[in-house]
Amino acid sequence: MAEFLQLLINGLAVGCIYGLVALGFVLIYKAGEVVNFAQGELVMLGAFAAFTFVVQFGLNYWVGLVLAMAAMAVFGGLLDMVVVRRIVGQPQFSTVMLTIGIGVVMRSGAAMVWGPETRSLPTPFDATTFHFGGVVLSAVYLAILATTVLLGLLLFCFFRFTRMGVAMQAASQNQLAAYCMGIPVKRVLSGVWALSAVVATIAGVMLAPISLVDTNLGAVGLKAFAAAVIGGFGSVPGAVLGGILLGLIDLFSGVYLPQGFKDTAGYIVLLAVLVVCPQGLFGAVGRKKV
Amino acid sequence: MRIIFKTRYDQDINLAPHGGVVFWYSLLAIALVAAPLIVAPFYVGEVSFLFIWSLAGLSLMVLTGYAGLISIGHAAFIGIGAYVHTYLIRRGVPFAPSLLLAGLAATVAGVVIAVPAIRMRGLYLAIATLAFSAIAQEVFVRWEVLTGGSRGVAVPKPQFFGRTIESETGFYYLCLSILVVCILGVLNLLRAPTGRAWIALRDSEIAAQSMGVYLAGYKVLAFAFSAFLAGIAGGLFAHKVGYLTPDIFTPILSIQLLMLVMVGGIGSIHGAIFGAIFLVLLPTVIALLRDYLPAAIAQQPALEPGIYGLILVFVVLLEPQGLNGLWRKIKFFFSQFPMYKSATFKRQKTYMRTERLQ
Repeated sequence: MAEFLQLLINGLAVGCIYGLVALGFVLIYKAGEVVNFAQGELVMLGAFAAFTFVVQFGLNYWVGLVLAMAAMAVFGGLLDMVVVRRIVGQPQFSTVMLTIGIGVVMRSGAAMVWGPETRSLPTPFDATTFHFGGVVLSAVYLAILATTVLLGLLLFCFFRFTRMGVAMQAASQNQLAAYCMGIPVKRVLSGVWALSAVVATIAGVMLAPISLVDTNLGAVGLKAFAAAVIGGFGSVPGAVLGGILLGLIDLFSGVYLPQGFKDTAGYIVLLAVLVVCPQGLFGAVGRKKV
Repeated sequence: MRIIFKTRYDQDINLAPHGGVVFWYSLLAIALVAAPLIVAPFYVGEVSFLFIWSLAGLSLMVLTGYAGLISIGHAAFIGIGAYVHTYLIRRGVPFAPSLLLAGLAATVAGVVIAVPAIRMRGLYLAIATLAFSAIAQEVFVRWEVLTGGSRGVAVPKPQFFGRTIESETGFYYLCLSILVVCILGVLNLLRAPTGRAWIALRDSEIAAQSMGVYLAGYKVLAFAFSAFLAGIAGGLFAHKVGYLTPDIFTPILSIQLLMLVMVGGIGSIHGAIFGAIFLVLLPTVIALLRDYLPAAIAQQPALEPGIYGLILVFVVLLEPQGLNGLWRKIKFFFSQFPMYKSATFKRQKTYMRTERLQ
């Protein structure tokens, strides 16, 4: 029982990270219908940015975190303004190839700047653990859960109550109508990219104590992609729930299923979900009408 | 400038629209057949690698370029073809039936992945193929009887009627003939109702359905046919590398194939060949380039993937028709010589097109 609870907590925490990365995907997809295959690389760059500010520059953890988020926001916004914006209206295959290309460039760029070694990012909660009747709770995992809940609330308030948030919602529902209502759609889309990069940075920083920082951190993007698809690609709560589901599947299949299922169980569930309900569990995307 | 005067409807779908095409392709055929007599064996081996890449590119070109279905898991089909072919040939099955069975095994896998794919579109399909290839790679590692696990398995040389093909030259002719047969098959399929249905459903599913194209059937057919070609490419690939391990068939191979299709030029058979030439030549070019770059950059192992990614980004942004588009522009320039206007190929301004229900 204790083992079960332990796995549950850890799975929830890992799932929250998947969910946050998936959230970044969904934000970008909802706004501009660009499927961002470089989201995992944004997570990696975010972690490296935090590493640079905190370890290499020796800043306070929280100051470094805020600086990393700001730097990544600028990077995400610029990425949209300089590159991604140019392929609006091209077939979906072009956007897929473009973002795959951007991801490869980012990964090799990171390998050139920071080197191929594995780094660790010390956090203020590293060593602390709590014991509850046989269940060992690491402070890192609790912090991840708390951050996800907090970030979810913040994003909800942002989309509900701020002008920019409402403009983003409008632009993602109908670009033309939003444009006619005086919303600067291009700038709003760049804003969505910046926001998505910030979310990716937070996910990267939370992932750092669990899996260390190196250029393969971007692989989390694939898991998150699966999470986003399970949740239905157009749905923000769906993405987080899909991520949590995937995190739980990952940890439980690693312990209770035969060897070899740890890496594939998530994908098998993904295929099963797609067969049963092709639009994902929470998807509201119907067929295009003429 | 050449003006083709059409007197029969059949002329619209002729494989060779005019005599010039016949002339140049005959010349190419003679050059390819004569090449091993002149060129050093090392380069002959490289060119047969090029043929295998072209075949793999052709299979993805049919699926992505013509039927408009994105696959990020093509490495799985190639892997299935390679392993099945190796297994059969080690059990003493002759070369030709073994290669066909490898293709059929990949076809079965293609149908299995296509059946859920019927109901999915672009993005969902892409992720389903990605998931499939991740599962397939795990199966390659675990199913040791068939694949030798992560230790790998040695591939015997191809045999015909008891005679083993040892030399590079023999293998070159083998690959060349299979490639030519496959290209002719694909060309014929594309000018037949099947190919036209694929192109129709690529350009607009709704319009194709309205014209009576049975979407689900043609999508499954596209997957099956593409997987068959990929399986055959996999069988040849197994002979070429000589030793199979599961880490050959990673998502990186799938992405290289997508890159081949994109850089070569989406929606053209020429594109598959140009893309393969590009992929085979690029590592050599980068190796030469390293000598001219400052040492700090030239020593980086990450230089090569970085250049791949940059080229991909620039192709998507600047020349979406890839090398084939470039080639057509050059041809057009010379055929129109004094009258060429750069505005001919000016890209239209595009606007956001939504796939969603509004």
